[in-house]
Amino acid sequence: MLRASLREVSAALKEGRVSPTELCRRCLSLIKSTKFLNAYITVAEEAALKQAEESEKRYSRGQPLGVLDGIPIAVKDNFNTAGIETTCASNMLKGYVSPYNATVVQKLMDQGAVLLGKTNLDEFAMGSGSTDGVFGPVRNPWSYSRQYKEKSVPKSDSEDEESNWVITGGSSGGSAAAVSSFTCFAALGSDTGGSTRNPAAHCGLVGLKPTYGLISRHGLIPLVNSMDVPGILTRCVDDAAVVLGSLAGHDLKDSTTIQDSFKPFELPNLTDISKLSIGIPKEYHAPGLSSEILAVWSKAADLFKSAGAKVIEVSLPHTRYSIVCYHVLCAAEVASNMARFDGLEYGHRSDMNKSTESMYAATRREGFNDVVRGRILSGNYFLLKQNYENYFIKAQKVRRLIANDFVKVFRSGVDILLTPTTLSDAVPYMEFIKEDNRTRSAQDDILTQAANMAGLPAINVPTALSERGLPVGLQFIGRSFQEKQLLTVARWFEKQVKFPMIQLEVVKRHDHDVVQHQKSASFS
Amino acid sequence: MAAAVARGCGGLWRRARQCGAGGPAPHGQRAVASSATGGAVSAGKSGLAPWVPVVGLEIHAQISSNSKLFSGSQVQFAAPPNSLVSFFDASLPGTLPVLNRRCVEAAVMTGLALNCSINKKSLFDRKHYFYADLPAGYQITQQRVPIAVNGSLSYSLCTGNKMSQMVTKTVRIKQIQLEQDSGKSLHDDTRSQTLVDLNRAGVGLMEVVMEPDMCCGEEAAAAVRELQLILQTLGSSQAVMAEGQLRVDANVSVHHPGEPYGVRTEVKNINSIRFLAKAVDYEIQRQIEELENGGTILNETRAFDSKLGFMPEPNLPPLIVYDAKSLPANMNHQQVVNIDWIHERLPDLPSVKREKLVEQYGILPEHSFTLLNEEGLTEFYENVVKQTQMKPKKVIGWILNDLLSYLKQHSLTVKESPVSSFLLADLLNLLEKKDISSTAAKQVLAELWKGEGKTPLEIVKEKKLELIQDQKELEQICQAVIDGQENEVMAIKAGNQKVLNKLIGLVQRETQGRSNPVLVKQLLEKKLSE
Repeated sequence: MLRASLREVSAALKEGRVSPTELCRRCLSLIKSTKFLNAYITVAEEAALKQAEESEKRYSRGQPLGVLDGIPIAVKDNFNTAGIETTCASNMLKGYVSPYNATVVQKLMDQGAVLLGKTNLDEFAMGSGSTDGVFGPVRNPWSYSRQYKEKSVPKSDSEDEESNWVITGGSSGGSAAAVSSFTCFAALGSDTGGSTRNPAAHCGLVGLKPTYGLISRHGLIPLVNSMDVPGILTRCVDDAAVVLGSLAGHDLKDSTTIQDSFKPFELPNLTDISKLSIGIPKEYHAPGLSSEILAVWSKAADLFKSAGAKVIEVSLPHTRYSIVCYHVLCAAEVASNMARFDGLEYGHRSDMNKSTESMYAATRREGFNDVVRGRILSGNYFLLKQNYENYFIKAQKVRRLIANDFVKVFRSGVDILLTPTTLSDAVPYMEFIKEDNRTRSAQDDILTQAANMAGLPAINVPTALSERGLPVGLQFIGRSFQEKQLLTVARWFEKQVKFPMIQLEVVKRHDHDVVQHQKSASFS
Repeated sequence: MAAAVARGCGGLWRRARQCGAGGPAPHGQRAVASSATGGAVSAGKSGLAPWVPVVGLEIHAQISSNSKLFSGSQVQFAAPPNSLVSFFDASLPGTLPVLNRRCVEAAVMTGLALNCSINKKSLFDRKHYFYADLPAGYQITQQRVPIAVNGSLSYSLCTGNKMSQMVTKTVRIKQIQLEQDSGKSLHDDTRSQTLVDLNRAGVGLMEVVMEPDMCCGEEAAAAVRELQLILQTLGSSQAVMAEGQLRVDANVSVHHPGEPYGVRTEVKNINSIRFLAKAVDYEIQRQIEELENGGTILNETRAFDSKLGFMPEPNLPPLIVYDAKSLPANMNHQQVVNIDWIHERLPDLPSVKREKLVEQYGILPEHSFTLLNEEGLTEFYENVVKQTQMKPKKVIGWILNDLLSYLKQHSLTVKESPVSSFLLADLLNLLEKKDISSTAAKQVLAELWKGEGKTPLEIVKEKKLELIQDQKELEQICQAVIDGQENEVMAIKAGNQKVLNKLIGLVQRETQGRSNPVLVKQLLEKKLSE
């Protein structure tokens, strides 16, 4: 039942094959037995069970609130949740309980979804591995899959698991791990430079970054306001469409959301793709792109071609400036956004009480990790009066050029762009931490980041397994607010590639281990 | 008379007593003062070139609105600390600004009243600085592309040696920008504590930037006073300085004619008009002395200025306002700001009101200033005029000399006046009908101030103040006065008519002000010519 898709389990709830409470309990128990993944920062067991009970009452009255009623979900820990801690994986917000719900959280609740807990991330979503949060790194469930185990080179037995586990990607790695390990049916991530699509690719999930302005950001603790979008992580494209339908639309509390009302849609069954024009941007053949991924990408292009679609090479010439441009804009907004964390109104406050200034300084030194402090420092440098023109303004101009590249390509008749999502499959944690956060982010965001610059909708669709038995995903980028077309094509592709389901026998074994351990503990 | 208008600043500078007649003083002429008409200040001992003071103003007016600029919190003065703070005002993470349309309308209205062009598209920026009462670490403002630009404000002030000449001047308005107010912080040094009240944080402000077109404190004060009246007339701000709804920063510099402007200093957070004039003049004097003593002017406030610049506020789309031409047909009229619609509904501005008063009632221009300067006084005056047969020109004296000076003396507002416009009109009618003399009328008014609920007529009756209507009785009194004043009668008969006034006065005294002086005069003249 837990491996079902959201739509399937929703049907099961409706038909009474499973009760919301039972479903919730099973998810909670799986969260406990997969605790080693470190996917969740906070598990809201009591609140979740209460919501499940409420849902159960609605079902017994025959009045469920919709498809989402009774569906266990998880939310990245940078969305505010009333009554449940919101930490951003930072010392700065450890213990912080928001008095309000983010609009997206409220919408999910209003439709009966059961919030299991808050998922792990890089501190303040700054990272691409989900390794740089104060609660420790997230482990990719695929590290424990039969597929990976079979393919990976066996090392000495004892070290095997500890040294071989791979990262989830990030920064929404906790949400990705949570969905991928079947502890919930959908999860919210956030996507500023690829933070939803990247872990989706590494964890074999669908990761949707909607058009900027389609979903409210109210209550999402910002990284870069002008690029942040709530992201959706699910096990299939249909599920992403369901969640999107429940979240999209104007929000009075977010002035950057679209004014028009949004009509939820069902995805049509695409049979004829001969009228479709797929663009292959040559710049995405980036340095460092693994041959394996390149092969998957080419194969996918061929798949479209052979099915009758027009597949053409296109150029997005300014994409190569995207990362450096992003670095400036991101750091500048981070410096600005983080200014509020001064220890006065909320969050961590240092004991240092010599003066207000020394309290500020100590609070921020103790509260933020090196990555956050580094971005604040460089951001403040870019915002200095004498640097503003040379960095911030220039970066904004480049951003415009990057966005215009997309406009031109779409205007030329291309419907959807097809690109890789990541340069390679997930790397082992021990590999990953050899490089610093800045270098890694610059490398890992390279394929996803331009869509944020342009505000375009983009989705990762799990496509194949790598030689090491790890997921590889491809990215589709669509026109602004053309989510329906994007998802329709993504779904067609999903059907063709038949991505294998994760075989988490290690979860069972681990489950067993936990039981064993508890037994032995009780004996000692 | 209460100060109707600001006074000119002649005779201000220590080494400069004489008032400039207007225009820059000729080179080499000593002791020519800066004046309201734009003069220069003598250089005193240092040399021949005079000093020209330059004054620019930045005025923060709190917008009169129910809720704050970007949040739903109420706006209210003197509420319990931190009782009017939304999640956004406290800058809780994840909160976003939502622009209050009322504040935009107030800014457009003010812009139109100050002859500005309204930018159909304006932008919001973040201005960064670290301060306890600025919880987000930045202020959302419109410094770069504000909602209104390139306006002007005309104001008047008294000049000349006797302060009797009214001069009208104009200051250019550079821009009006919408921005957030900060909270308030209170430092307790002994316990090294800072207490923060965020009630004011996020209240909408209009920053009105005036070009450095003024040259002394009195000009600055007159300009601010006129702005204050305009804001109050529009209702876009209550503009009560004592409550911090209108706060003024003045930029002051001095230079020699023909040379570039001197280094500016800022006099910040001035919250009374009287103090503004003094502070600006003090600063001008200080700079002149500093420069004449071979010193230099340092911009001290600039040293504190953050080196951090601006950044566009990413959470607010550009602010778009429309006019009749650009308004899209399918737009919900409740949700947009229409410049033309606001323009058509602008109330009469103070300058127009004054002109109308002068024209309609034949009063002096300076009287119209006084009427507008006191809240409710114009209405009071007009109500009296409506209810009495007395000529408006005569009524104004009673309003300005009697009513206003009484109110000032007792620190009362027009609203708090114990004598209503109805009662005063009643009294003036008795006077106009010659039922009482003007001396008696003053006595009645003195009774009326007590606010005991009596009508003027009741007081007249009670105090027996009505004019003696019996001609015979009056003739007898006149005769008695004539009989007792042989010398005066001789003088009059010898042709000194002035002495007649003394006899009239004596009759008045005899009748305790109850005789009609015109009638008394006639009677006396008649008797003396017999």
